[in-house]
Amino acid sequence: MTISPSASGQLRFLPVARPGAGEVTFRLPSPDQPFVRGTLTTPVGKVPQVRAGLNLRDRLGSWLARWNIGRMHFTVEPGLYALGRPDEHSPVLVSANYKMSFDVLRSALPGRDLWILVLDTKGINVWCAAGKGTFGTLELLDRIQASRLEEVVSHRRLIVPQLGAPGLAAHEIRRHSGFRVIYGPVMASDLPRFLDNGCRAEPGMRVKDFPLSERLVLVPVEVMQALRVGLPLILVLLAVSGLARNLAYGRAVEVHGLPMALAVLAGILAGTVMTPLLLPWIPGRFFSGKGVLTGLVCFAGIFGFLRHRWPEQGLMESMALLLVTLTIASWFAMAFTGATTYTSPGGVRREMLRAIPLQAAALIIGLGLWLTALFS
Amino acid sequence: MSELTYLEDVVSLAYDRNRCIGCGMCVTVCPHQVFALQRGRADMVARNHCMECGACMRNCPAGAITVEAGEGCVRGVINELLGIEGPCC
Ligand code: SF4
Ligand code: SF4
Repeated sequence: MTISPSASGQLRFLPVARPGAGEVTFRLPSPDQPFVRGTLTTPVGKVPQVRAGLNLRDRLGSWLARWNIGRMHFTVEPGLYALGRPDEHSPVLVSANYKMSFDVLRSALPGRDLWILVLDTKGINVWCAAGKGTFGTLELLDRIQASRLEEVVSHRRLIVPQLGAPGLAAHEIRRHSGFRVIYGPVMASDLPRFLDNGCRAEPGMRVKDFPLSERLVLVPVEVMQALRVGLPLILVLLAVSGLARNLAYGRAVEVHGLPMALAVLAGILAGTVMTPLLLPWIPGRFFSGKGVLTGLVCFAGIFGFLRHRWPEQGLMESMALLLVTLTIASWFAMAFTGATTYTSPGGVRREMLRAIPLQAAALIIGLGLWLTALFS
Repeated sequence: MSELTYLEDVVSLAYDRNRCIGCGMCVTVCPHQVFALQRGRADMVARNHCMECGACMRNCPAGAITVEAGEGCVRGVINELLGIEGPCC
């Protein structure tokens, strides 16, 4: 049964008794997962037990996921887990079933005894899943029931990551399950201090900033996604360049194809590496505009350095290369709005409506000039 | 770095101060400190910092806040413009 949140953000159609109550069957996660170290006997059965420390396999998986490899299958079975040796008084922390979310959480809490309730977010992290609603009110209510949580702990408190708040309504959870949602800090690394403070957040713990370290982590995924489009494009352009007039195929690829391939790569470098890393220092608000600036810098850097390799390159072809670099840089810089933690969908929509016509025009003119230079 | 601000005046956030019961939930959940409690009620103090995540609206028990929350990625907007459903991240 699905219920869509109404415009006011409340689950209007949710009766006080849980919808589909009785359909939720009791289920503990399998202990047969690589990161489970044993089981803990509880009133509801054997709960899989994990440790805070990450092993090589956990780290390798995270590293690959950051490069966009195996990211979709990097999951944890939803349900209740024990970190250390928790008892009925231990806190319950809620997480997503993206393995990296789960790992970040447990590795932030060495030496602690607590429960982790993993929601089924289809392998997606807390923030993104909350935006989709899979990290949401109904899923949490179901998971509480399916884990018979009220028999495992004597208190009625859940610590939910603050970044999960877009997905669930604390007052609805309370009304339907009796559990009170306490929003934890934005960063898992603040959890020990938060817990020691008696679940009170210090001011900085509630703010989502976007420091260099975090932007750096996002770069590989951006690069991989860009190359998925960029490499086929480069291959096509190389193949076409070989047909240029007045030159043998191989020589034409060298003279016209290589610079074009470099122009595409310069754009990708500017849009997916330079723009994210230098974000706060690049002037302007529009990401597409920032991309044009970093694109200019990359273009000037690369072709300033290699210009002598192509002495016969004419103005038309140079202009074409520049336009291609700027367009690609602008596009991928704009795509980075999806990964930031401060751009609003309304803003992104406005930016795209303005930028895409310009980007499309620049790309068409750029490729047109290039083809003209090669074939006329 | 909390000073990173995106475009001005595009935010769809609307707040009806008369409905507010001063619970402070919006202040707690907002990752950009858009709300602050003042004299027993919430005030929007940094509207342009809103990223339209919807956390405040979803967690306001008084229904005092509305915002067009959505997924703010390029693919999401393209899908929306083309009228197809598609994931963002
Ligand atoms: S969540 Fe709603 S009722 Fe509570 S302080 Fe904010 S606006 Fe007021
Ligand atoms: S939508 Fe999100 S960012 Fe905007 S005010 Fe509400 S909680 Fe803050």
